[in-house]
Amino acid sequence: MRIEVRGVQKAYDGVPVIERLDLDIASGSFVTVVGASGCGKSTFLNMLLSQEQPTRGEIFVDGSPLPAEPGPERGIVFQRYSVLPHLTVEENLILADELSASSIWGRMFGKARRERLRQLDPLLDQIGLSAARYKYPSQLSGGMQQRLAIAQSLLKEPRILLLDEPFGALDPGIRVDMHDLLLELWRTRGMTIIMVTHDLHEAFKLGTRMLVFDKIRHDPDEPNAYGAIVTYDLPIGRDDRGQDTAPDAETIALAGKRK
Amino acid sequence: MKLLNRKPGRHAKIWLGVLPFVLLVVGYGVASHVRRLENPADKILPSLEAMAAAFHRMAFVPNPRTGDVLLWVDTADSLMRLGLGLGISTLLALSLGLLIGAIPYVRSGLSPFVASVSLVPPITILPILFIVFGLGEASKVMLIVVGTAPIMIRSTSQAVVDIPRELVIKAQTLGASTWQIIIRVFLPQILPKLILAIRLGLVPAWIFLISAEAIASTTGLGYRIFLVRRYLAMDVILPYVAWITLLAYVIDHLLLALSKRAFRWHHLQGESL
Repeated sequence: MRIEVRGVQKAYDGVPVIERLDLDIASGSFVTVVGASGCGKSTFLNMLLSQEQPTRGEIFVDGSPLPAEPGPERGIVFQRYSVLPHLTVEENLILADELSASSIWGRMFGKARRERLRQLDPLLDQIGLSAARYKYPSQLSGGMQQRLAIAQSLLKEPRILLLDEPFGALDPGIRVDMHDLLLELWRTRGMTIIMVTHDLHEAFKLGTRMLVFDKIRHDPDEPNAYGAIVTYDLPIGRDDRGQDTAPDAETIALAGKRK
Repeated sequence: MKLLNRKPGRHAKIWLGVLPFVLLVVGYGVASHVRRLENPADKILPSLEAMAAAFHRMAFVPNPRTGDVLLWVDTADSLMRLGLGLGISTLLALSLGLLIGAIPYVRSGLSPFVASVSLVPPITILPILFIVFGLGEASKVMLIVVGTAPIMIRSTSQAVVDIPRELVIKAQTLGASTWQIIIRVFLPQILPKLILAIRLGLVPAWIFLISAEAIASTTGLGYRIFLVRRYLAMDVILPYVAWITLLAYVIDHLLLALSKRAFRWHHLQGESL
């Protein structure tokens, strides 16, 4: 899905966080968002999730205004609290279907439920959680939890997937596995991904386009006078088919210096 | 090794736990013995045998006038009142707590009211309850409800508010409606906290039960101990107090066991007392 951001500003109690944001995000792109803490990248994501409304400006998805509340057209993976703690792995993965099966009970019963649980086998294999299907999220490692969260977020086949520092709490080795899983899912499903991260290497490795949020104007007497803008909008040398022409070390070093 | 790093073994733990009880009984036995050396008819600290005999009389010998075995009649009546009162409070806490926690409009409308009501000292309402409901069962049950429901409603609605916002957003992206979020996300996650609220509510519930029975009743554990107080019958009062404590302890542990069994996911991390 194409996302258009038109003249978006966001202020909290008159303190601007984001100024003048204008973006066109092509369908199927993988946009990574980086920037220092407090530079509005999470605010940006929350606006895309309809958790917060822009103070000014508007966001359009495929030409129509963004819905006012979160819905199945946009998937989300947070850094923490991404899956429901009172449901086992397999129950988390059938939840979306259970909700659409019965508007009153929000669950499936008996044979239909058993049938649906059986159909999970290939998905559980793909995310490597077959052995953990009866476990609760708190019994899983951080990486397993996030694999579950990503799989769960894709159940409604959203055309937009929002990721809020999804691998921020994971060990570096596990991150690499998660990158592979995410890229594979993105290539096979072709949704638009917007991912907030503070890992610059991750941003370069995964994205087709990188946005850098930063505050460029500073008033020493009034530190809160100005908000952040997108200071760099870098197309990364890779097409949407995922043909890697990974950025060289110099580009990364340069971007690191700018940040 | 520092004291705070030393941990008792399994057997030591049990013995240490039993020790204060043993000390209490032994200390009482000595004090009672000393008093009875001076005055063999002392009623204030009766001997353990006298208390056992009184308990036996209350628990196993039918009352000659009514034919009832008083302890069991008292226990059944008190537990009935306690159960009804806490049951009503639990239903109120569950329904109102969920609505207040989940729906901002209901929260704005009701939460200041519930907060104010929870500050009314319940015992001051007792005369009003007696006037409105009479001296029968209803006013005693209502006193327990008035005394426990507001704090239980507050703690369940707080439990809903404490559920991470991320989970609510996640459920919406999976297509859940308001109602579905309430029954599939909020309800299951607050049930273990509701049981905790019941366990904490049991303490004031017992207080209000015994108070109401002491003031206006013809049966019940509270009625009995305040009745025999007139005869300084410590040999009945002390076993009754121990019996009430035992009941409270058993109910508390049954609720904890229920929570651990039914909500295993909740007890996976951390210790629970």
